[in-house]
Amino acid sequence: MMEGLLNPQTFMVFKVVVVFVAVLTLVALATWAERRGAAFIQDRVGPNRVALFGKIRIFGLGQPLADGLKLFFKEDVLPLNVDRVLYTIAPVISFIPATMTFAAIPFGKPFVKNGIQYFLSILPPDTNIGVLYIFALAGMGVYGIIIGGWASNNKWSILGAMRASAQVISYELAMTLAVVGVVISAGSLRLDRIIEAQNGLWNIVPQFIGAIVFFVSMFAETNRLPFDFAEGESEIIGYHTEYMSMKFSMFFLAEYANMITASGLFVTLYLGGWHFPILDSTVIGSVVAFVIKLLFVLWCFIWVRWTLPRFRYDQLMRLGWKVMLPLSLINLVIVALFYAYGG
Amino acid sequence: MALKKDVRLNWWDKIYLPAVFKGMYITISHFFKTLFTPPSKRYTIEYPDRKKEDIPEWYRGLHRLNTYPDGTLKCVACYCCATACPADAIYIEPEDLEDFDKDHPKEKAPKVFQIDLHRCIYCGFCEEACPKDAIVLTNHYEIVHTSREAGIIGIEDLIKTKREGGE
Repeated sequence: MMEGLLNPQTFMVFKVVVVFVAVLTLVALATWAERRGAAFIQDRVGPNRVALFGKIRIFGLGQPLADGLKLFFKEDVLPLNVDRVLYTIAPVISFIPATMTFAAIPFGKPFVKNGIQYFLSILPPDTNIGVLYIFALAGMGVYGIIIGGWASNNKWSILGAMRASAQVISYELAMTLAVVGVVISAGSLRLDRIIEAQNGLWNIVPQFIGAIVFFVSMFAETNRLPFDFAEGESEIIGYHTEYMSMKFSMFFLAEYANMITASGLFVTLYLGGWHFPILDSTVIGSVVAFVIKLLFVLWCFIWVRWTLPRFRYDQLMRLGWKVMLPLSLINLVIVALFYAYGG
Repeated sequence: MALKKDVRLNWWDKIYLPAVFKGMYITISHFFKTLFTPPSKRYTIEYPDRKKEDIPEWYRGLHRLNTYPDGTLKCVACYCCATACPADAIYIEPEDLEDFDKDHPKEKAPKVFQIDLHRCIYCGFCEEACPKDAIVLTNHYEIVHTSREAGIIGIEDLIKTKREGGE
């Protein structure tokens, strides 16, 4: 019966629904993992009391559900002096690219059925701009932040937004230059080619410097803790000070969706995508391999957050321009020389 | 005054990553330590499910009015506790005792002895001030009320406080 339903159109709809739901579910799970993980790292217990029907506790997994319900039903106040239009669309601008970027990432092995080639990524792999698409959309995310900070009509918000955008722009350079190394080694911008090129040897081994630069820049791009200048929850005030209820949670969801996409991208570019010995012999196994790697990188986000304190702003800028950028250039030169004369 | 620390980092420190990995090792070891510790042995006591068993004797919790073995109140309504109380939580109305009790000679006894548990700061000064060891703070700490009136308790409740701890 399932065989009859399998045609490119239904498969496409199926993929879109599954990926969208999976990403949003993973966002909820990530907030749970973040809080429980933080608690365990700090020898605490963490949220574990939310119970389904007042009985079943399931390690506090009901917490994201309860938080989501709370955010949905909170009163949505429009502050007096905000720019109404921009204030309302800023969270949307932030949220939509965050969920769209995952479309380009291949999360499993392509397979052939009834003579038709099926691929496991929402965008067809022969869109030649795979990597560029992701970076273009990821660059959109910063508009949400800066517009949100501006429209709030609050000096602390605009300062937070300025910090965030300066940081994202600085690290985007290093990040993109690191990726150029990967693109050179694969000879294509197509993400499926990049994954194919890593069969046998993952990029993290030959391009270790590039991987480190990309990994560090990922934290800056997603505004995660060692570079948490956009939000700065504990002492400096961030861009979404004036936001509440569902508008705030849109920013929140966008941050976590960005984390998931960044993890997916790191897995694709440096950890060999869905390749894994033995596991990737079947389609299901390749998806499982991809998800396991993605979850590991996602956990690294949380893990690093509770290990490192926040950088000072000038330290962040120095690291970005004087360390990360030269390092990514060195990586690029080494890779380019290798492929020009060695390989 | 700006404090300038003379810190010299060698090359190994300057690349920063070894220190990061060391830190990450520490955090993940704490993570697994807590993960594999059964809830009963963690630092956190999850209150309604588990209660702290070993409350020390000197803990200052719910008050108790002591009595002699035959049930007579030790209190002589001397107002020492009410005077010592910094929170003004003790209210006493005395009455003269006409029939002189041979076993426990005293002239006065409290007719009303009320403690407002919401005003009390559990400092234990009443206990210190009492010349007859009549009022003590026990180590019962679950003091919960649903209204302000319920927090004002009189002699009947105070003598019923279990004796654990105090004196």
